[in-house]
Amino acid sequence: MSDNIYKPYLMEIDNVIEETPDVRTFRLKFKNAEDAEKFTFKAGQFGEYSVFGEGESTFCVASSPTRKGYIECTFRKAGRVTNALANLEAGDTVGFRGPYGNTFPIEEWEGKNLLYIAGGIALPPMRCVIWNTIDLREKYKDITIVYGARTVSDLVYKHELKEWEERPDIRLVTTVDPGGQTPDWKGEIGFVPMVLEKLAPSSENTIAILCGPPVMIKFTMPVLKKLGFQDKDIYTTLENRMKCGFGKCGRCNVGKVFVCKDGPVFSYEQILSLPEEY
Amino acid sequence: METTRKLIRKQSLEKLYKLLSETRKIYAPVIAADKQVEYKYNPAFSDITFDHIRSTLSAKNVVFPKVENLFTFTNSKTESTINDIDLNKIPEVILWGAHPCDNAAFDILRSIFCWDITDEFFSKRLEKLVVIGLSCHQSDDYCFCTSVGLAPESSKGSDILLSRLQNGDYHAQILTEKGNSILNMAGELFEPVSAEKELITEVKGKFSHEQVTEKLKTAFENPFWVENSLRCIGCGACAYVCPTCACFDIQDETKGKNGKRYRSWDSCGFGLFTLHTSGHNPREVQSQRWRQRIMHKFSYMPERNESLGCVGCGRCSSGCPVDMNIAEQLEALQKI
Repeated sequence: MSDNIYKPYLMEIDNVIEETPDVRTFRLKFKNAEDAEKFTFKAGQFGEYSVFGEGESTFCVASSPTRKGYIECTFRKAGRVTNALANLEAGDTVGFRGPYGNTFPIEEWEGKNLLYIAGGIALPPMRCVIWNTIDLREKYKDITIVYGARTVSDLVYKHELKEWEERPDIRLVTTVDPGGQTPDWKGEIGFVPMVLEKLAPSSENTIAILCGPPVMIKFTMPVLKKLGFQDKDIYTTLENRMKCGFGKCGRCNVGKVFVCKDGPVFSYEQILSLPEEY
Repeated sequence: METTRKLIRKQSLEKLYKLLSETRKIYAPVIAADKQVEYKYNPAFSDITFDHIRSTLSAKNVVFPKVENLFTFTNSKTESTINDIDLNKIPEVILWGAHPCDNAAFDILRSIFCWDITDEFFSKRLEKLVVIGLSCHQSDDYCFCTSVGLAPESSKGSDILLSRLQNGDYHAQILTEKGNSILNMAGELFEPVSAEKELITEVKGKFSHEQVTEKLKTAFENPFWVENSLRCIGCGACAYVCPTCACFDIQDETKGKNGKRYRSWDSCGFGLFTLHTSGHNPREVQSQRWRQRIMHKFSYMPERNESLGCVGCGRCSSGCPVDMNIAEQLEALQKI
């Protein structure tokens, strides 16, 4: 075993899904069987994915720990590394370091209703915990997923949205911004906060998990508060820029908190105690 | 270990240096052609300075190099292979003649690199390092070690600490097992202590670090940060010269099929440091970055790393192109 904490696992791209014109999902398998055997992670954790020669980029593990033998990641082509990743194909090699960070406290949530609210590219950081709790379905009460994107083509995981929609034990509400619908769109039309307000889910015995662009969070929080959600029952993830992933490089700090060690999962109660540096 | 006190004659120092350099690399301060004081590996003994107040860069490069390969790799069409770094090949190094502030910084760096999981690149280097420190017999207005709990003759971080005597000889405190092994190896060069007076400079206290840490608990939103950072040009020099700044970047470089992933010193003073790919920047203006620098060293680190992130060497002030003086600022901060 190497002492080198910066040395990534070598992963083979097993499968590529083009989610939207600029969003891809990779299924990655460990090249070394021993690494695959030893690797474990929990919902909410993240890793450093790399293209050798281009560098590393930070995303959550988007697949559930209940699905063994592989990990998945979903990313948007945005910078140097994600553009290089997007140019790769099945069979190519990437690097992966992880898992890092804390986890969604899903054991504490047992026996409760779960309300997932996501916007755009923020469904991937939530997909892991969504599948994790669906795969342990009997431990949770109602599971509701509210997912919005600017346009129909910006919705990620379209094949899974269909699966969730068809399951009787999951309530899925999808929405697109006004003007983003297609002629055959059957979901809601409107911004996530408004759709949530109309849906008016009960806050009774319910945990809300919220991920999305800052503007969505800003307008969704008052709706959740109006519905009676306590700050400690609302969870989100922070996404500060990182390099090392384990509390050394000094980049992701929000006040005294390391997003990479103390997060990325935070309750809204914790978020309120932080300076606004995220 | 109980401290052993010895005398080492001026002329014996060179013998000690020669003896040590037979088996180990030595990192020592020399006066460069541009009159700046810089650390070099294995300089000639005659080039080493014993009279400098502060080197331009601190000695931290010896345990946390400016640029350090994390591994190298080779790419083919679809394959990549990693060639790991053999951390056991890190050589034994003697840091020679570094001042107490620089030596106290190693424990602070350890509190960053070794909290939670251990960074072996750093810890192996520190493990292989022997520090022969030199008390300060000179100081200037930039020095403020006494404001951060240290002193010109602090032994913290030294394995052997030398202090100059009036007649040019040195007293040597042998402080650790590592120091003791040098004493055992060169016993004939160490003599019983003399009655000669040790030359130790005086560094005046400028602020109380306890009070600064206390004040920072409620100072986050204070206009102080904007008012006191308007002239900051975000050049990052303060972080590069600092003995305790440990923030780093990780990048890849390739030449054909071969490449390396390395880390290099970075600075929280740079706008790019926290910039997200989306364009959002959690610390988008310089005042927020200046606040982060002070908060990190005097508030967050005492709480999270149980150590202050400053040794009072004064380099960030003496090296600042726009004369931002950290000791003056902290003095002012205490009064807000």
